[in-house]
Amino acid sequence: MNSPNAWLQFAVYVGALLLITKPLGLYLVQVLEPRGRTLLDPVVRPFERLTYRICWVDPEKEQSWIGYTLALLTFSLVGLLFTYLILRLQAHLPLNPQNLPGLPPHLAFNTAASFATNTNWQSYGGESTMSYFSQMVGLTIHNFTSAAAGIAVAAALVRGIARASARTVGNFWVDTVRVTYYLLAPICVVFALFLVSQGVIQNLRPYTVAKTVEPYYTQVPKTDDKGQPVMAADGRTPMMVDQKVDSQTIVQGPVASQIAIKMLGTNGGGYVNANAAHPFENPTPLSNFLQILSIFAIPSALTYYLGRSVKNQRHGWTVWGAMFAMFVAGVLACWRAEAAGNPIHHKLGVAAADGNMEGKEVRFGIFNSALFATITTDASCGAVNSMHDSFTPLGGLVPLFNIETGEVIFGGVGAGLYGILIFVVLAVFIAGLMVGRTPEYLGKKIEAYDVKLVMLVLMVLAATILGGTAWATASVWGKAGLANDGPHGFSEILYAYSSAVGNNGSAFAGLNANEPHWDTTLGLAMLIGRFLMIVPILALAGNLAGKKLIPASAGTFKTEGVTFGVLLVGTVLLVGALTFLPALAVGPIVEHYLMHAGTLF
Amino acid sequence: MRTLLAELKISVLVTLLFAVLLCGAYPLAVWAGAQALFPAKANGSLVLDKDGTVRGSALLAQSFSSAPYFHPRPSGAGTSYDAANSSGTNLGPTSRKLADVITAAVAAYRSENDLGAGTAVPADAVTCSGSGLDPHISLANASVQAGRVAKARALPPDRVRALIKQYTEGRDLNVFGDPGVNVLLLNRALDQEGK
Repeated sequence: MNSPNAWLQFAVYVGALLLITKPLGLYLVQVLEPRGRTLLDPVVRPFERLTYRICWVDPEKEQSWIGYTLALLTFSLVGLLFTYLILRLQAHLPLNPQNLPGLPPHLAFNTAASFATNTNWQSYGGESTMSYFSQMVGLTIHNFTSAAAGIAVAAALVRGIARASARTVGNFWVDTVRVTYYLLAPICVVFALFLVSQGVIQNLRPYTVAKTVEPYYTQVPKTDDKGQPVMAADGRTPMMVDQKVDSQTIVQGPVASQIAIKMLGTNGGGYVNANAAHPFENPTPLSNFLQILSIFAIPSALTYYLGRSVKNQRHGWTVWGAMFAMFVAGVLACWRAEAAGNPIHHKLGVAAADGNMEGKEVRFGIFNSALFATITTDASCGAVNSMHDSFTPLGGLVPLFNIETGEVIFGGVGAGLYGILIFVVLAVFIAGLMVGRTPEYLGKKIEAYDVKLVMLVLMVLAATILGGTAWATASVWGKAGLANDGPHGFSEILYAYSSAVGNNGSAFAGLNANEPHWDTTLGLAMLIGRFLMIVPILALAGNLAGKKLIPASAGTFKTEGVTFGVLLVGTVLLVGALTFLPALAVGPIVEHYLMHAGTLF
Repeated sequence: MRTLLAELKISVLVTLLFAVLLCGAYPLAVWAGAQALFPAKANGSLVLDKDGTVRGSALLAQSFSSAPYFHPRPSGAGTSYDAANSSGTNLGPTSRKLADVITAAVAAYRSENDLGAGTAVPADAVTCSGSGLDPHISLANASVQAGRVAKARALPPDRVRALIKQYTEGRDLNVFGDPGVNVLLLNRALDQEGK
C-alpha cells in the first residue's frame, strides 16, 4: 500500500466516476421518460417506433405493478427457454467451427437461468464449451435484456416513490426498449471498438494453431491401439509416456462485442474461462480501467436519476455517499490483505514485498486486482481479472462480504438501486421506531405492508444462501466438487451460494459445479435471488405509488445528509454482518488465523 | 388470461427482434469496424515468421524452459500454457498442494539462476497467473534471469539488459497498471541477435 502510483490510480478512478455520474444521470432521466429527448433521437427514434409497431406494444399505455411484473416475468421466461434450446441444440446450429457438442440438460438449465437473471455464473469454461453462435446469440441477448430489465424495475420503483395517488408505475416494454436502444447498445458499439484497439479479439475464424518457438515434453497416459489406457506394472495407475508439444491452439471468436455489454450491463460472464484475467478479454491496464469504470457507470448514475426524479438531489447524493464509503472501505481492506501476502509462502522463499501474486496478472499487479475484485462484487458484475479463490483469507473475505450485503454497493445495473432502496426503507423504519413516530420516506408513510415486503426480500435471500450452503456442506455431492480442503473448502461453497443468490456470478472458481446437483441448486438459487427480490419490490413500488403525499413537518426524519448516510451504512452492515458473521467465522476468518499459524490442508 | 397471452406474444416478438439486432447486427457491426480499423489486434495479435507461419500471440504466454530463453510464469491453463483452456490454479492460501508446488518452483528457480539458498525469489516467478497465459514477467524476475540467458547465449549482459528494456511494457499513460516484460517478444528478439 506504499506505492504512490497505486494511490494515484485510485484517485483517478474515483475522479472519473464522479465526473460521469451527473451527465449520465441526466441522460438516464431522459431515457427513462417515454417522451424524453436525447441526442440520438434522429437516428434511434424511428427504430423505437418501428419496434413498438412490430411487437404490438402500445407505448402510451402505462401498467399497474401487476401488469409490469407480468410483462417482466413472461419476458424472462421466454428468454430462458430461448437460451436453453440454443445450448441444447448447439451441435446443430451454425457458427461452430470447433464442432462443440450440445450441453447436457443440467448445464443448459444452469446457464440459461444464470444469464436470464443477470448472474452469469459459469459452471463451464467458455472457450471449450460454447460455440460462436451460443455466445453471440444465446448468451449475449441476456446481457442486454437482463440489464435493461433491471434498470426498468429500478425506474418503476423510483416512479412509485415519486408519484402520489397513482395507479401505474410505467410500461415495462417501453422502459426495456428505450434503455436498450438509447443507453446500452450505442455505448457498447463504441466501447467494443475501443477494446479491440487495446487487443481484444473480434472475429469469426476457427481457433488458430501456432507453431511454438520452443517445443517441450509433457507426460500423458499411454493408450493402446484401441484407445484404452495402458496400466503400469501395479495395474492401477495408468502408464505415462512423454509427448512432444510443439503447437499452441489459440482461442478466437467475437469477444469484444460480448465483453463490452458484459461489463456495462454488470453481467460478468466471460467469453473465456479466465474471464477478464485473460489477455484476449482484458489486454492492457487501460482496457482494465475502462472495464471497471463501465461496471460502476450506470449504477452510480442511477443514484443521480433517483435524486432528480424524487426532486431531492441531496437524497440521491446521500445514497451515493453511503455506497461510496462502503466501496472505499472494501478496496482498502482487500488491497491491504493482498499486498501483505501469504506468510506461508514467504517462508518458502517468495519475496514478501511482492504481495500475493498467485492468480494475479503482472500487468494488473496487486492494486488493480484488489480494486477489480472489490468493484465486481460491490456491483453484481462477477467478472474477475484475478482468481478470488487464491486470494488471502481476508482479501477473499471482502468480495464475499460485498456480495452478502445484497449487492447494494452501487450494485448491478438497476438491481443496485432497488436493492439499496430496500435498505433505505428499512433505515427509515428503524429511525421511526427509535423516535416513536410513524416513519415517512419522502412524504410517504411507511406502513406495516411496506416493511413486510422489505423483510420478505431480506429473509428469503439470506435463507437461500445459508440453506444452500448448509445443504451442500452436509452432502457428498457438495464436497465432491471442492478444490481445496479445510475452511477454504467451506468458503468455496459459501461463496457459490452467495454469488448465485446475489446474482453476482463470480466464484471461488476451484469449485467444480458442473454436476447435476450443483447446477440445479445454484440455478434455482439464482432464480430465487432475482425474482423473489423483483416481485416484492414491484409490489412495494405499486403500493408506494398509490399513497398520498403528506407535507413535511418539524418531526419529519430527513433522508439526506451525513446522519442518514451513516444510518444507511449501519443498516446494510448490520443486516449483512449479523446474518452472515457465523458462516464467515468458520470460513475465511478462521482460515486467516490458521494461515498465520502455518497450517496447511 | 388475455393479458398473459398478450404479454407472451410481445415477449416472443421482442426476443426475436432483439436477437436480430443485438446478436446479429451489433456484433457484426463491431466485427466490421474492428477488421477495418484494427485487423491485427482483432485477429489475436499473432506473431508471424517472415513466411507467414504463426508462432504464437504477443498477448499470450507459451512455454519456455531451456537456459537460453527467458521463462514465463508457471501456468495453470490446461496441462500448461493451453490457450484454449485458460485457467488459474484456484488453490487457496492454506493449500498444501500450492505450498508444495511453490517449494519446487522456488528450488528450480534458484538453481537455474545460481541464487543462494536464502535468496527471496520474485513472487511472479513461482506463482501461476489468473489466466495461466500471462504474457509478462516482472522487471525483477527478468533481471534475475538476464545473467543466465546472457551466459547461455554468450551475449554481453548489457545487450540482454537493453533488450529487456526494449520489451518492457510500461504503465499505460504513465499511470495505469504495473510494468512487465513481454517474454515471447523478448525471446524472439534474442533469437534474432547475431543473425
